[in-house]
Amino acid sequence: MNYGPTLFIGVFLAFASAWLGMIFLPAHHLGHLKPVAADTTSPALPKPYSGLELRGRKVYQADGCVYCHSQQIRGGEYNADLNRGWGPRRTVPQDYVNDDPVLLGTMRTGPDLVNIGARQPSDTWHYKHLYQPQLTSPGSIMPPHPFLFEKRKIVGQPSPDALDVPGIEKGYELVPGDDAKALVAYLKSLDRTYDVTK
Amino acid sequence: MSLTAEETSHAHDRLDPKSFGEQHNESELLGMRSKIDESCRWPCLVFFATGTAWLVVGSLLAMMASIKLHSPEFLAQHAWLTFGRVRPAHLDTVVFGWASLTGIGTSLWLMCRLCRTPLRYPSMLVMAAVIWNIGTLAGTIAVLAGESNSIEYLEFPYYATFMLFIAFAIVAVWAIFTFGQRQEGHVYVSQWYLFGALFWFPWLYATVQLLEIAGLVKGVAQESVHWWFGHNVLGLWFTPIGIATIYYLIPKVIGRPIYSYYLSILGFWSLALFYNWAGAHHLIGGPVPQWLVTCSIVGSVMMIIPVTTTAINHHMTARKHLELLRYSPTLRFIVFGAMSYTIVSFQGSAMSIKAFNEPFHFTHHTIAHAHLGLYAFYSMVMFGAMYYIVPRLTGREWASSKLIRLHFWMVSIGITLYFVGLTLGGIIQGFELNQASVPYNEVVGQHGLWNGTKLFFEGFKEQNGAVKFMAIVHDSIPWLLSRSVAGTMMTIGHLAFGTLLLINLTGWGRRRVGPTLFRADDERYHAAMGEEQDWTVPPQDEQGAHI
Repeated sequence: MNYGPTLFIGVFLAFASAWLGMIFLPAHHLGHLKPVAADTTSPALPKPYSGLELRGRKVYQADGCVYCHSQQIRGGEYNADLNRGWGPRRTVPQDYVNDDPVLLGTMRTGPDLVNIGARQPSDTWHYKHLYQPQLTSPGSIMPPHPFLFEKRKIVGQPSPDALDVPGIEKGYELVPGDDAKALVAYLKSLDRTYDVTK
Repeated sequence: MSLTAEETSHAHDRLDPKSFGEQHNESELLGMRSKIDESCRWPCLVFFATGTAWLVVGSLLAMMASIKLHSPEFLAQHAWLTFGRVRPAHLDTVVFGWASLTGIGTSLWLMCRLCRTPLRYPSMLVMAAVIWNIGTLAGTIAVLAGESNSIEYLEFPYYATFMLFIAFAIVAVWAIFTFGQRQEGHVYVSQWYLFGALFWFPWLYATVQLLEIAGLVKGVAQESVHWWFGHNVLGLWFTPIGIATIYYLIPKVIGRPIYSYYLSILGFWSLALFYNWAGAHHLIGGPVPQWLVTCSIVGSVMMIIPVTTTAINHHMTARKHLELLRYSPTLRFIVFGAMSYTIVSFQGSAMSIKAFNEPFHFTHHTIAHAHLGLYAFYSMVMFGAMYYIVPRLTGREWASSKLIRLHFWMVSIGITLYFVGLTLGGIIQGFELNQASVPYNEVVGQHGLWNGTKLFFEGFKEQNGAVKFMAIVHDSIPWLLSRSVAGTMMTIGHLAFGTLLLINLTGWGRRRVGPTLFRADDERYHAAMGEEQDWTVPPQDEQGAHI
């Protein structure tokens, strides 16, 4: 152990072995999956994100949703995720081919979101929930995101986007900002309920 | 009476003549030590001081995030202070600011001392510290400004990462160069660990940046890369630095050699071999191949070998000298850290087993585990190291043993409360999450698509013990509150340490002569400890004393 090169070679080999197993092999096997179509007439799944949805994904990353919400349904012996109604099946590598980076998440301070688009298709619900989670989910500890919304004076006709939330003075309205619209578009696109067994 | 740096450093370095190798006489060793400390002074102090400043910043960010979790309205108006930004900003400032900076400072000093060679061109390392700090600052601002990429441990954008990489390259080249210049034939166990850490970290960081952040790998393979990094940055960067420091400082303070050279060899190589494979246990049950997860579970469980050997070695070394914990601040922090390392590692091995992982993954239990590792083990060791090293660099003793005492008790009680609270809260949360008999839309709304699913699980609904999601949230709040209390205590401790360090660096206040011990009035301390002794080379191995 007093000879530098021995130390170096040992340290290198120990590290390289795991590098092959943990990096090279998974990348080799899973790094080139493509969306798959069930047959020639149906679209390849999962669908690619639209421009707005991708922008919403950036908002999801910037505001750190991933620190409380996972995006994976565990399968096999882990049937609690299914029983809770978070999805009809476990998620598989193919579900993530359009995601860059993949945001599996490590915490469930809040519920899993991998199928939130299917579970909760209402725009209004999402906007209210983002503005003040207590409005739609009493007891929630999710932080409110008022900075995604704009409170403005009503000029002429009220905006069709205006949200019906308490605490807004007369003559003012609350409308979702561009980031809120993009984020909700992304959340609604989260739907991995399609069948992958074919 | 005030002493010059050299005189003070001599005063510390009084040695027990029994501990010398034959080829060195006392004055030669003392001269060498003070030369080395002199050469390390600026870079190491810059690393320590800025690291501690980041600790205070990180603590404030942590407090904000912790309060937000039980009182979500707290500071909710501003995008840059929202939970999802403050929380990663906390993690990045303490990992890249506090833990890495103090770790590099300690590594440099240990490397020079153990190689018996002064640091060459120390100004380059001061520059590395400055670049590293600018990188950390830029990254933290970017995270708060919403440029985070939301990958845990890797939130910093490319320009911040690039600066960290440049700074690290300088440090690694310097350390390897110093290793090559070593004047001591024997390579002590601490040096193996430091050598490993300095070699592994750039490889880890480069791989993950190229493959995951730059997007050379797509899809779920990214997660394998991510957790290989996320786990190894703890296991192959912070852990080796922490263990190297423990291996150096326990023998130094108690004046006895390491119990077994052969156990330390076994501990090092089994760590190098098994830790690498442990990362994918974060993906158990996830959308990745089963073989990958299985390999990681095996690697994680095999970690019992290095942890047990290291724990036996540390314990047997310190065993008959634990009364010194009453005197030595360094030893108290180091022993706290060493014991936490054993606990956190056994816990980690257990958590990789599926039966434990199923309920505890995705819960606050994991957060408690992470803090047991990076705080109760690593950070405590770094505090201990700085209590030992800084007086040797500045030539000034710590200003107040009362403040050291306050620091120790605040952080040790704080982290214990933190761990116990979030562990219990996490266990409850985990078991409740797995009592999943109520469909989620019971809570959030009623929609057609899920009626089928809902009906299918209707049978489960009436079952005893079914827990709605919002009830889980409700049940976790008391434990989240306990974390805010614990965090406040730890922050007070950090402010006490920051004050001590500031006084030491600036030389304000009354000078002390002789080491600052918890019971300096006690006559026995002279017999027990205080002076630097040379027992880092085991008697059964080769020759000579060590610096």
